[in-house]
Amino acid sequence: MSEHLLKDTVSRLFEALVTKELIEAMEGGLWPREAWAQCEELGLPRVWVPESAGGYGVDPAEAMEVVRLVGQYAVPLPLVETMYANRLAAISGLAIEEGPTTFAPVHQRQLPAMRATSGGWHLRGALESVPWARWARHVIVLAQAPEEQRFYLARVPSHSLALEPGNNLAGEPRDTVRFDLVLPDTAVASLPEEFGWSQWEGAAAALRALQIAGALTQVLDLSVQYANERVQFGRPLGKFQAVQQNLAVLAGWVVTATAAADIGAEALIEGPTLLPIAVAKARTSEAAGSAAAIAHQVHGAMGFTREHRLHTFTRRLWSWRDEFGNEGYWHRQLGRLTFAAGADGWWPMVTATPYVKAQIA
Amino acid sequence: MIAIAFPSPPPTTAELETLRQEVRAFLAAELAHLPPRERVRSWMGFDASFSRKLGQRGWIGMTWPKRYGGHERSALERYVVLEELLAAGAPVSAHWIADRQSGPLLLKYGTEEQRCEILPRITAGECFFCIGMSEPDAGSDLASVRTRATPVEGGYVVNGTKVWTTNAHLCHYMVLFCRTGVQEDRHAGFSQFLVDMKTPGITVRPIADLSGEHHFNEVVFQDVFLPRSALLGKEGDGWKQLMEELAFERSGPERFLSSFVAMVEAVRALRDAPSDAAQAAIGRMTAQLVVLRRLSRSVAGMLQRQEKPDLQASLVKDLGGVFEQEVADIIRSLVAVEPSLGAKDELSATLARLVMLAPSFSLRGGAREILRGIIARGLGLR
Ligand SMILES: Cc1cc2nc3c(=O)[nH]c(=O)nc-3n(C[C@H](O)[C@H](O)[C@H](O)COP(=O)(O)OP(=O)(O)OC[C@H]3O[C@@H](n4cnc5c(N)ncnc54)[C@H](O)[C@@H]3O)c2cc1C
Repeated sequence: MSEHLLKDTVSRLFEALVTKELIEAMEGGLWPREAWAQCEELGLPRVWVPESAGGYGVDPAEAMEVVRLVGQYAVPLPLVETMYANRLAAISGLAIEEGPTTFAPVHQRQLPAMRATSGGWHLRGALESVPWARWARHVIVLAQAPEEQRFYLARVPSHSLALEPGNNLAGEPRDTVRFDLVLPDTAVASLPEEFGWSQWEGAAAALRALQIAGALTQVLDLSVQYANERVQFGRPLGKFQAVQQNLAVLAGWVVTATAAADIGAEALIEGPTLLPIAVAKARTSEAAGSAAAIAHQVHGAMGFTREHRLHTFTRRLWSWRDEFGNEGYWHRQLGRLTFAAGADGWWPMVTATPYVKAQIA
Repeated sequence: MIAIAFPSPPPTTAELETLRQEVRAFLAAELAHLPPRERVRSWMGFDASFSRKLGQRGWIGMTWPKRYGGHERSALERYVVLEELLAAGAPVSAHWIADRQSGPLLLKYGTEEQRCEILPRITAGECFFCIGMSEPDAGSDLASVRTRATPVEGGYVVNGTKVWTTNAHLCHYMVLFCRTGVQEDRHAGFSQFLVDMKTPGITVRPIADLSGEHHFNEVVFQDVFLPRSALLGKEGDGWKQLMEELAFERSGPERFLSSFVAMVEAVRALRDAPSDAAQAAIGRMTAQLVVLRRLSRSVAGMLQRQEKPDLQASLVKDLGGVFEQEVADIIRSLVAVEPSLGAKDELSATLARLVMLAPSFSLRGGAREILRGIIARGLGLR
């Protein structure tokens, strides 16, 4: 698939697929089976899998565009999660299975321990906020064996999980899963030595940053459109300077988030490094809240209704900004790096980004 | 779908990074004596001898043709030099305007004689320019400029008053924006002129800024005769020329690095035991710097490709200005320091200067509300 072809095709698919009804059905507890089947038909779950591991040889930059589009269209499917889980499986040499797949844990404190036993690997854990777990066929679990630095990936079939449903603000599943099981050797693989928690979390953060950037472009569009249509005092709102100034600020947040997400995406493609990824999630998370606030102000009471589409995006923004580290978390990480570089090393650190790889701490 | 494109900036190269190291080594040696309290002036710091040294290194007019004293280097090489100068707080004010906008204007609209005579002196760091746009009754609304050049035998006679003219008292030339047309049409009837500041009839009076410093001036033109050759480009093209300059003026690294010297001093002051709040606040600045730099470099790439990123340049300046202006308050929230210009403590003196400079960051080069108006137009609201 060549450059814009994939992006255009996927845009068209999402445009047709993602209706208000589909999103509401998902929130109401229905698995959007048909929509998922269409995404699968297009090969989207494997767009980020290298050709050598069963992918289609899609340029990773294009895969990142798909992630952005998932945000832009508020696609109510675990597409990004499956893309990432399949990517991880490919990296570690696990077989890639069909169907929606997710990954866990999302909190470092819940990193499960794994032990070699006679029948394979014993794995036990209680993991919260696992995205889309209730509809996933497999969960790719990051685990660590005691006394080992190295991390492992385990493929856990969903029928062997106990699941407690939970949701984020947008009604996207964020479930708690519990398991205490023995997995065969074929379901476990060790990760490359340099892959640890930071890479795991960093990649997920960079993906959410792209989704945020995508959703923000939609929020700007909706706001400008509304300002041009809604008439008060005999003029469209967009003709009032106060409203124009607010929308200009909103546009500033959108370009900030877009550039930040681009920085994160490039780092993901190059091999995740802490600084650019922290920049990506920190700036997009801050932009998410600030932009949503302006958008709601411009939309008035109409934007506060269930009827209007705005909340489809703002509720996602209010959730995604806190997933895989909010801006405070990533600011502190960046602060650590900055103080480690020191006053006179600050500027050299900035100019080295993202071209020189800062080691993940 | 509203799309405000900021394409990926051109990637850096080994040559660019070598150049960066050369500039850093040069600045480390040249600025060793200059304390942060001076460097914090950023591109308001004036030092003619420093500009001359930069000229000798070939770092002024870098992209211009060699036959005019330039060095035919890329816009990216120039960007590297600029950002290194700013990050170090080098005193670049003397040649800044000539390098950024007056030189390129002459290259495009000057006569061959003017180019041959003036451009090599600019690149040598020996010829400085000021900008005569603002007037007492024409700030954001430049179309209400009143200074007029009236055609006479062999040239023009100029009458009127310019204000806020940075470095007019130290510059060799001004690029004057004034009225030439008879019709009082909003955007027609303006022209730009190359004015030798030694021309009889020009009076430069200092205006002290709020801290008592003298950098800007009032410039009065009383029956000032300009030869025909002083006209830049065609009569009536002044407005168009002005608009062309704006993207260059608004998107450079000086739009987000004006406070960097103070930021560095804050990290120095906090380094022994940075609190959680300090880590977060400084980390946030790193995130802002990295993103603003990407946006600014993206515009540099568009300018290099001769695109017209006016909207993008306004966004960079608006976002950069907000960032630069926040810095003082963020530092104050982290360090208990009372600002004083004469303090022994370097952070105190640096902060003192920054606090008093900061209001200008969202005025000079286009006030915040005006930039946001341009952005709103780009969004299709006006
Ligand atoms: C340090 C410094 C150096 C400068 N150097 C130069 C120089 O070398 N040469 C030169 O020509 N000029 C120079 N200027 C002038 C600068 O370009 C002007 O200050 C700027 O264009 C704004 O004009 P003004 O100050 O007259 O403000 P005004 O235009 O009077 O505006 C005052 C306030 O009202 C707002 N405002 C104005 N119009 C509108 C509107 N339509 N809608 C909403 N809000 C509006 C502005 O945004 C601003 O906040 C310098 C200024 C400073 C501070």
